Amino acid sequence: MQQPHEVLFRTLADPTRRALFERLCRDGDQTVRALTAKAGVSQPAVSKHLGVLKKAGLVRDRHEGRQTHYSAQLDALAPLTDWANQMTRFWESRFDDLEALLRRMD
Amino acid sequence: MAESQGETLNVTIEREIPFPAEKIWRALTQPHLLEEWLMKNDFKPAIDHRFSFSAEWGAVEGQVLEIEPHRKLSYTWGDHNLKSTVTWTLTPTDKGTLLRMEQTGFRPDQPRYYQGAQAGWPKFLAALEELLARID
Repeated sequence: MQQPHEVLFRTLADPTRRALFERLCRDGDQTVRALTAKAGVSQPAVSKHLGVLKKAGLVRDRHEGRQTHYSAQLDALAPLTDWANQMTRFWESRFDDLEALLRRMD
Repeated sequence: MAESQGETLNVTIEREIPFPAEKIWRALTQPHLLEEWLMKNDFKPAIDHRFSFSAEWGAVEGQVLEIEPHRKLSYTWGDHNLKSTVTWTLTPTDKGTLLRMEQTGFRPDQPRYYQGAQAGWPKFLAALEELLARID
C-alpha cells in the first residue's frame, strides 16, 4: 500500500493540478467554470485534475444546481506538514552537503 | 529519528564523520563555508549575535546561545513555522567525529499553523516544489 505522503506528492507533482489546488487554498470555494477560466486548459482537463485531487482527499465537491463547487481539504496535507518529518528530511540532506563540503576543504 | 513528545517537538540527527572536530567546527561557524552546505548567512560565532539564514524557500532568524569551540554550538532557529533551538555537539571518535544535531521546538498556539495563515501558503508550496525536485 502507498504511504499517504506518496499519494500527495504524486498528486501535487503535476503543475496544473498544483495550481488548481493552490487557487482553492488561496481563494476558497470555486466552481469548475471559475477554475477553468483561469487554468489555461479545457474544462474536461480541469475536471479530470479535480477528480485526481478528490481521490487523494485534497478537495471536496458539492453540487449546487447545475454547478459543481470545489473546496480544498487542508487536513489532507497533514502528512506533509508534519514538522518533525520535514525537519528530519531537511537536516539529513544538509548533513550530506556538509560531508561533501568537508571532503573538498583543506 | 523524529518524534513528538507532548507539546515539544524534537529532531535528532547523528552521524559519524571521518574528519577532525576542528575542521567540522569551521564548516559550522564560518559564513562562507556555512553558505556551501546550509544557507546564505551573516553568522558569527559570538554569544548573543543575531543572524539570518536565507534560501529561495524562505528565511530563518537566529541568535547564538552557546559556544564551546570544537565541542558545542547552540542557536535559536525561527522560521515561518515555529521557534526552536538547534544544538550541535561534536565528540571525537577513533575514526573522526560523532556529529549530533538536535532541534527542539514548541508547537505554535494553532496546531495546524497553515489554517487561516494564507501568507504562509506560497512559502509552503515553494518548499514542497523544492522537495519534489529533490526526491526525483
